[in-house]
Amino acid sequence: MRFLRRALGGLILSLGLATTAWAQAPFITVASTTSTEQSGLFAHILPKFKEATGIEVRVVAVGTGQAFAIARRGDADILLVHDTAGEEKFIAEGYGIARTDVMYNDFVLIGPKSDPAKVAEAESITDALQRIAKAQVPFASRGDDSGTHRTELRMWELAGIKPGGSWYRELGSGMGPTLNTAAAMDAYVLADRATWIAFDNRQNLEILFEGDKALFNQYGSVLINPERHPHLKHDLAKKWHDWLISSNGQEAIASYKLRGQQLFFPNAE
Amino acid sequence: MYDNSPWAAFELIARMDPALISIVALSLKVSLSAVAIATLIGLPIGAAVALWRFPGRSLLIVILNAFMGLPPVVVGLAVYLLLSRAGPLGKYGLLFTPTAMIIAQFVLVLPIIAALARQVIEDLWQEYREQLGSLGVTRRRAIPTLLWDARFSLLTVVLAGFGRASAEVGAVLIVGGNIDGITRVMTTAIALETNKGNLALAMGLGVILLSLVALINAAAYLISETSRRRLG
Amino acid sequence: MNQSLSLSSLLPLELEQVSFSHRGQTLLHAIDLRLGPRGKTIVMGPNGAGKSLLMRLCHGLLQPTSGTIRWAGKPQASRQEIRRRQAMVFQRPIMLRRSVLANVCYALAVHGVSWRQRNALAMQALEHMGLAALAQRPARVLSGGEQQRLALARAWALRPDILFLDEPTSALDPAATKAVEDAIEEFHRAGTRIVMSTHDLGQARRLADEVVFMCGGRLLEQTPAERFFEAPASLEAAAFVRGELIW
Repeated sequence: MRFLRRALGGLILSLGLATTAWAQAPFITVASTTSTEQSGLFAHILPKFKEATGIEVRVVAVGTGQAFAIARRGDADILLVHDTAGEEKFIAEGYGIARTDVMYNDFVLIGPKSDPAKVAEAESITDALQRIAKAQVPFASRGDDSGTHRTELRMWELAGIKPGGSWYRELGSGMGPTLNTAAAMDAYVLADRATWIAFDNRQNLEILFEGDKALFNQYGSVLINPERHPHLKHDLAKKWHDWLISSNGQEAIASYKLRGQQLFFPNAE
Repeated sequence: MYDNSPWAAFELIARMDPALISIVALSLKVSLSAVAIATLIGLPIGAAVALWRFPGRSLLIVILNAFMGLPPVVVGLAVYLLLSRAGPLGKYGLLFTPTAMIIAQFVLVLPIIAALARQVIEDLWQEYREQLGSLGVTRRRAIPTLLWDARFSLLTVVLAGFGRASAEVGAVLIVGGNIDGITRVMTTAIALETNKGNLALAMGLGVILLSLVALINAAAYLISETSRRRLG
Repeated sequence: MNQSLSLSSLLPLELEQVSFSHRGQTLLHAIDLRLGPRGKTIVMGPNGAGKSLLMRLCHGLLQPTSGTIRWAGKPQASRQEIRRRQAMVFQRPIMLRRSVLANVCYALAVHGVSWRQRNALAMQALEHMGLAALAQRPARVLSGGEQQRLALARAWALRPDILFLDEPTSALDPAATKAVEDAIEEFHRAGTRIVMSTHDLGQARRLADEVVFMCGGRLLEQTPAERFFEAPASLEAAAFVRGELIW
């Protein structure tokens, strides 16, 4: 008993010392999306940024909706998300002051190899969605107010369909869990290409439709309004923002490859 | 993050992968700290509720018992709103830090330790009451005596709290943010690898977490059983 | 005893019309009792007569529903002081999960003895009860007889004016019973007032100066021992002494 208490006490003490040691570098908190984190992009570019500026970046990777909520409450220094319309609204409401295009990739329509709705023969994403609705085959939707979910809903609207019924399954989860579930039930699913390339548990799933301009997926960096949240590290955040759109940052993004494929395409002005 | 194979997790352990070691260390630090603080506060609360009769006591016991089943996500959200910059404790800047995770797990574990300790202490108080009363021991003086004499049962209570803390993911994910190298712990790492579809690696990490928890439980069990047998 | 000689004694203990009810049931009916400064009083009576209740009321573990309990003529003067100068040994001793020595030291600590003196006083008490060799053993692994002797040692260390014993030997074998009875005589020689309940007529004959006989929650008589065993005043006591079953 006495030994146990002494041992636990020592363990806690040493852990405390160990963790305080590496928490002192200047850092900013970036609220971003699961796709950028889970694809491994941040792990690739953050060391380069730290080397250039000495600033550590802490990424909180959540759905785009939650990322906006975190930023609105003043809990992140800057945003990197993919919902241009939402980003503009965020600025119009006075929470942000500026946004810049950083990079893009695209969304792809994924489904079972057997392709019961024949979306591989579709001429556009709207055509593909109409085929799925007509065939009433399972479709897995994120249903979590993320950037991908918002894009998916826009596509259904363009296709003139109000999705619903037992074939349309709203999962309320991130991209990864949605892909896991879709793989388990042979469902169609709209995913961002970066997450898909990094995703391992594919089972029967593959890309069935891609390339429509409407599936373009733009990522933007949004600076937070210092008047609304004066306590945030706006100077450091601005350095990160500028670096992302500098030639160094853009090259770093372009150089990230997974399984031989480039995942994000820089397109800052 | 790593290769996805069922053995990848064990290879990482075998070569003491620094990233994995720091995740394991942070998991232990967060959960053990939360449990230690909850023990320091929860045991006296449990003992006080066991010994004193006061208005609203039954209600308090029902609340404590019900809070043993607090959903971690709800606790995470509540602590998030509390620590958020826009929240009442925002000025301390604790959100997305290990401290925030300790606070969230403390809130999860406290009712478990207090409620179970209340039961243990009340049973022991029934047994000791007359003898301690005869010696002239006041209720306040009886609390440390009862806590010490119930130490083996209370160790199990504390382990139940530790099990809860080390297994939960919902609360630490929200208040910690699962930031790589800063607030990533075993459970959030497992959730992340699952989200990425790296099911085998996730499972391997899960087995490592389970082994750690089992190891701590085994050590506690051994120590308490040998002393119990010795002390009768 | 020696320590309390300097202070005025707690005794006599006087009960006046003391009743005790629990959940609407009256368990003790208007007891009048006076216990003088010296001697060994044995409380006898069948099961459920109220012997244990009476001793718990005297010891202060229970409060009477009505009536008064007076120590040395004062009604409940300083409860803390009164408690400090009495001790009780129960039928089933409760030992703390620590060593034999630590159990005695604990009682001394509660009574405000400074930690410097505790060990020496506790060892003395253990030696007195023949437990010195077991001082470092965990108290809970002792046999029933040893535990009861430890309870007596714990009481001895406190040097009480009055010692209550509630059927202390009812679960013990003859050898252990003998040891407890010897210890009671030691307390008596040291000047401690003894009040003990028992079922065992033989034990009562061996120890009693005075007998208090109870039946059905009433005190039927308080008689010097010789007279009680030869010619008890009440019919119930007479039957009890003859060994008949009464209730």
